[in-house]
Parts: sequence; C-alpha cells; structure tokens
Amino acid sequence: MANDEFSLRRSLLYVPGNMPSMLQNVPLFHCDAVFIDLEDAVPLNEKDAARILVSRFIATYTQRNKEVFVRINALDTPWGHEDLCRVLPARPDGIRLPKADTPEIVERLDTLLTEMEEELNVAIGTFKIIPSIESALGVINAIKIARCSSRVIALAFGAEDYTASMEIERTKGGEELFHARARVLWAAKAAGIQAIDTIFADVGDMASFRTEVALVKNLGFTGKSLVNPRQIDVVHEVFAPQKDEIDYAIQVIEAIVRARKMGTGVIALNGKMVDAPVVKRAARVIRTAVSQGMLDYQLDDEVIYGTH
Amino acid sequence: MEIRRKAQAGTMQSSDMMVFVEPAQELTIEIESTVVKQFGHLIRQRIEGKLQQLDVRSGRIRVSDRGALDYAIDARVETAIARAAEE
Repeated sequence: MANDEFSLRRSLLYVPGNMPSMLQNVPLFHCDAVFIDLEDAVPLNEKDAARILVSRFIATYTQRNKEVFVRINALDTPWGHEDLCRVLPARPDGIRLPKADTPEIVERLDTLLTEMEEELNVAIGTFKIIPSIESALGVINAIKIARCSSRVIALAFGAEDYTASMEIERTKGGEELFHARARVLWAAKAAGIQAIDTIFADVGDMASFRTEVALVKNLGFTGKSLVNPRQIDVVHEVFAPQKDEIDYAIQVIEAIVRARKMGTGVIALNGKMVDAPVVKRAARVIRTAVSQGMLDYQLDDEVIYGTH
Repeated sequence: MEIRRKAQAGTMQSSDMMVFVEPAQELTIEIESTVVKQFGHLIRQRIEGKLQQLDVRSGRIRVSDRGALDYAIDARVETAIARAAEE
C-alpha cells in the first residue's frame, strides 16, 4: 500500500499539464491529490511541451503536501511511452492510466514502471497506478484490473468516456451509471483498494454536484475526481463524518467493550442490536474522523475484533 | 543541440512565456517582459544557463515573458530548442 500519510484520497483534482499558472498553484490547492493531465487537456501539437513543463514542475515540487499523479496518454498512442520517460525521473507518486480496458494494458504499464525504477535506482513499486475504468470493456474487466498489480491502489471511474463507449448521454441524475459504478466498487472493495468516482463537469451547478458527491459516498466511493478547485470543499464536507455519526460510533465501541466483558459479542444500544458488522462500521467512522483530524481516539484491532 | 530551423514554444498566458528561436551566426538573447526592469537580468541568466546545458552555441533567441517562474523558463526554452533541432 501507499504511504499511510497519504491514504486519504477524497478529492483528486485535475490540473492541465500545459498551463504554468495552474501547475504552480498545485502546492496551494487543499485537495488530497492532483492528476496533472497530459492527455485530454493538452492539444496534440503541445504534447512535447507539456511533458517537459510537467516534469520540470514536479522536480521543483519536492516539499509535497499532497500526492501527485500524472495522467499520461494511453500507451497505444504515439505519446504514452515518451510521457513516462520524461515524467518519471521527476518522481511523481504515480500514474493515472487512461483507457485501462484490460488487465494486460495495466500489466504493460507495470512492466514499464519496473524498468524505469531500475534505471532510476528507486525501490520497485515506488510508482503507483490508478487505472481509469472508462469503457464498457473496462467495466467488464474491472475485477481483474483491480488485482493485476500491487501498484494499483485505486480504480477511477470515468463516466465521460464510458457513456461515449455506451453511445448514451450522461445525465445529472446518473441513473445510466449505476451498474458501472457498482461494478467498479465491487472490484475495488474485493481487491481491498480505493474507488474514485468520475468528474462532474458543470462547475456552475454546485447543488447537483453536492447531490452526486453524497450519492457516490453512500455507494462506497472513497473519493472523487474534480475539474475545478471550487469543488474541493464540497467533497470534504460531504465525506467528513457528521458529529452525530461520530458520537454514535463511539457509543457503539463502548457498548461492545461492555458486551465483551460480559462474555458476549452482541448487545443492545438504544434499542438497536450492536454486533460485529456494526462495530466494523463504527470503527471505520472513527478512523475516518481521526484521519481527518476531527477526533483524537485510540482504537485497537482488539476492540474491533475481540481477543482471541 | 543545434538550432536548425525556426521554432517556438510556450503561450502568452500569465506565468508563461513564448520563446522564439531561429538559426543565426551568433548567439543573441532578446527579452521582452512585463517585469524586465526588476527581473530581466535573472531571466537572461536562467536562459543562458539552460542554453549552456543544452550546448546551444548560436542562434537568435527571443522571449516574450508573462511572469514565468524558473521551471517554466527552463521548460519553454528546452521545448523550443528541441523543436528547432529536429530535422
């Protein structure tokens, strides 16, 4: 797994790769991670310029206060391989791989990253991979893609390309995305990695954006790709555990500790049954609150799972 | 690297610069910048350093600066030279 310090990935902001005015703001954005984009945000005749600019920028950004991923061009384009060769020596944290339709495509990137790590003399596995699941084929293969390399720390759903591959329109309600989102989530959860939801392009419509963020949080996504810094706060607000959620989680933990003292694994709290799955969910709320600095709480595995 | 043909790189957006290069007998650098009075000498130093690193010994270099930081100056000069060095 990645450095624990950075395991919180709620807000992942796209930054166009050929714009110095945006790039040099990367240290100032308060998102958890950035996707510096060499793909769709860069016109074909500027691919060479963007990869040089991005590699120069990342090399200067040594005091990192967020993770830096680079979205390269797909490996079957004339630019993908050169993107890697130019950008990796600057030491980004990882690569967001577009059009990751099959495990073979991700495995190919894995091999290239290993070769570069050997050349650069850095530990094997340093560079992470976030595959973009953004076609019908990618959704079908998501389960294999999530498990095909230990570098894969998250799956990122891409609804714009996905709806294009399905020959359908994307709506604000997102009903057409349900099955694809669910499959990406199952794949990620089964593999024990994170799941990042798609972008929401209409920056002016903050109400619909908030609704979508709440929806994907409830579905199980751990974060969301963003197109504008204005969207960061909403994601953090929605993803933060609410005070009553935290209070209840603490009560659950206290209740289960009491139950275990009495020699049982189940107890009633305010008339509701508390048993192992409830405790696990409470533990997740507490850990999330602690990781976001909202709570100071020591939680041992022994409390969650009981002593053997 | 050798400047074999005319080339340019960069944009006129803020924090960026445009770099124009073309073949010439001598190495010359012309700088136009919104901050030329305060930073002109530093921009020139940065460009000279980069050209030296790329082993560029001759050519006419013109830059139109919009407040580019060092990393962006390096990148835009490098891109312009790479484009100009292509056959």
